[in-house]
Amino acid sequence: MSAITRRRQQAFMTRRQRNILNRILTGGVATFILLIFLAPLGYMFTTAIKSDEQMSDPNAPAYWPHSPQTFEYEGKELELYRVPTGDGVKVLAAFKKSRRESWFIDPDNPGAEQIHWEGNWRTLEPLYFADPQWENFKTSWDKLNFPRLLRNTLIIAGVGTLGAVVSSVFVAYGFSRYEFRGKNALFLILIASIILPVQATLIPTYILFAKIKWTNTFLPLIVPHFFANAYNVFLLRQYFMQIPRELDEAAMIDGANPLRVLFSVILPQSIPAMTAVCLFHFFFAWNDFFSPLVYLVSKPDLWPLSVGLQRFNATYGRVPNLIQTSALITMVLPVMIFFLAQRVFMQGIVFSGVEK
Amino acid sequence: MTTPSQTQSSAKSEPQSVKVKRGLSRSKRQQERWGYFFISPWIIGFLAFTLLPILATLVFSFTDYNPVIPGDTQFVGTQNYSNMFKDTKVAKSLEVTIKYAILAIPINLAFGLLLASLVNAKSLVGKNIFRTLFYMPMMIPVVGGALIWAGVMNTQTGWINLGLEAIGISKPPDWLNSTTWIYPALVLIGLWGVGNLMLTLLAGMQGVPSEMYEAAEIDGANSWQKFRKITLPMISPVLFYNLTLMMIGAFKYFDLAYVLKNGTGGPADSTLFYNLNLYKNAFEYNLMGYGSALAWVLLIIVLVLTILMFASQSKWVYYAGEGRE
Repeated sequence: MSAITRRRQQAFMTRRQRNILNRILTGGVATFILLIFLAPLGYMFTTAIKSDEQMSDPNAPAYWPHSPQTFEYEGKELELYRVPTGDGVKVLAAFKKSRRESWFIDPDNPGAEQIHWEGNWRTLEPLYFADPQWENFKTSWDKLNFPRLLRNTLIIAGVGTLGAVVSSVFVAYGFSRYEFRGKNALFLILIASIILPVQATLIPTYILFAKIKWTNTFLPLIVPHFFANAYNVFLLRQYFMQIPRELDEAAMIDGANPLRVLFSVILPQSIPAMTAVCLFHFFFAWNDFFSPLVYLVSKPDLWPLSVGLQRFNATYGRVPNLIQTSALITMVLPVMIFFLAQRVFMQGIVFSGVEK
Repeated sequence: MTTPSQTQSSAKSEPQSVKVKRGLSRSKRQQERWGYFFISPWIIGFLAFTLLPILATLVFSFTDYNPVIPGDTQFVGTQNYSNMFKDTKVAKSLEVTIKYAILAIPINLAFGLLLASLVNAKSLVGKNIFRTLFYMPMMIPVVGGALIWAGVMNTQTGWINLGLEAIGISKPPDWLNSTTWIYPALVLIGLWGVGNLMLTLLAGMQGVPSEMYEAAEIDGANSWQKFRKITLPMISPVLFYNLTLMMIGAFKYFDLAYVLKNGTGGPADSTLFYNLNLYKNAFEYNLMGYGSALAWVLLIIVLVLTILMFASQSKWVYYAGEGRE
């Protein structure tokens, strides 16, 4: 049996060759899936730079914006077609089009007599040239009022991130380094709060915020994040627990109080975990649609990108190219930050996800 | 939400506290005070933004509170709850939510497992690039992502239907305007959020000791057997965690349904998810008492699902640490 296998392997290919083939196959499958997976981004990009006419032109190639080629004749733009004539297919400019017969002009010899052709001009193949509409970005930027949306989003995300990190650091430090009655029960409650649906607390919270005149301000989107949340605390606590206690104790003997220990011993060693928490909250706030919808819906001046983009779509739903341009504009920054920080970010996901 | 692996990790910090003698010495009292001081932000936040509001929701659910006419609020007993049984929209929203969950969860898990196995494969060159790129769509804000997919699924200019027509399907579906095809469409769009699932499954797979696979190979196991008998049981805690979150997630589903159909719940209420129905009642029709009752029922559904999941754990979730304890 083993002799047969060995002979078959020798005859078929060496181990090295098999490895290479394996790599090519796996890489091929992965690339194929990835291309399909990310194809919508291709659609987004090519649609974003199309004009309305290019969108509705059924003959133009779908993968890249194209416009019909034209030839200027006596002050008029004439479209170019491939026309089958007696001496082969020629590129001609349509002067007069009708369903039965058409007259064409030869662009190489515009002075010559018009060429008569019988048949439906719609059956002819038009000529196209690549014609991306980069100015769509400018149009969407202005119509979206992007700078204002960006400013609002950055305020909400920035201040919220600060609050989330500072509060979570304190709480995680308490849970990782101090003994107090009810600690395990409290920690359990903290973790259990992950499953709580926002809706269970939403209505009274909304009524409260409305009473104290916080609706239609950023405050409901920022203040609650100054009280730590389960994911961040869990991630930071796990990280803090890996830092040897001897370091704290050494600092304590030198007379450092707990706050000093936190700032001079724990935090300098926890930069990756804190970066991950910052990124989590920043992306969360950038993405969050529900809370701003509830609290800011009647205050367009304060809309963040998420709500602004949704409202833009509700208004300009019939202009798909501008919708795609806007979607692209609003995703550039988070995607870029992700690529720059992907290692820290993805480690953070695993750290807080698997351990649970 | 605690699982044995977690109680284990919190147990690791235990010995230090056990060593400290019982009875409140001065340093221990100081320790306690610092401990409470540091966790106080969370305690205050939990009371103010979680516990009290949940209880207040319960109180509101027995009233007909309307923010436009708060002065007229009256206690209506259990009327909101009994109305829910008669409300066809509630029944419809539960149907929509469950339909979606039944379709989406298995497909998501299968796709997540496929991607995790792929980016974990020894023979894959450039693993990190693939991991990053498969994760990347998660970073696209959900509103933007919904609009991209709405374009891709457009019947005339969308790439999906152009592709289907190119391979000879003459009448491709109108994804977002069909009461049938809207669900596959939502599932497809949801796959862009597979990144977290992929990464956590991947980490689970990397935690499987390679000796197990080597031993199985000696016994002549093929790849499928190794996956089925070693990988799956070993990563079952990760599957458990994700499955629980996904089931709860179906009842929290809101953003995509709202953005794709501008909050109408259409076509013919086929995107009227439980949560969208709740939002419409509370914030569009101003029926906040009724909305509170819906919220409490949601809370109970989520709790029951979680308890059922934890109860099922012993049947199928394998914890490597368990035997040793």
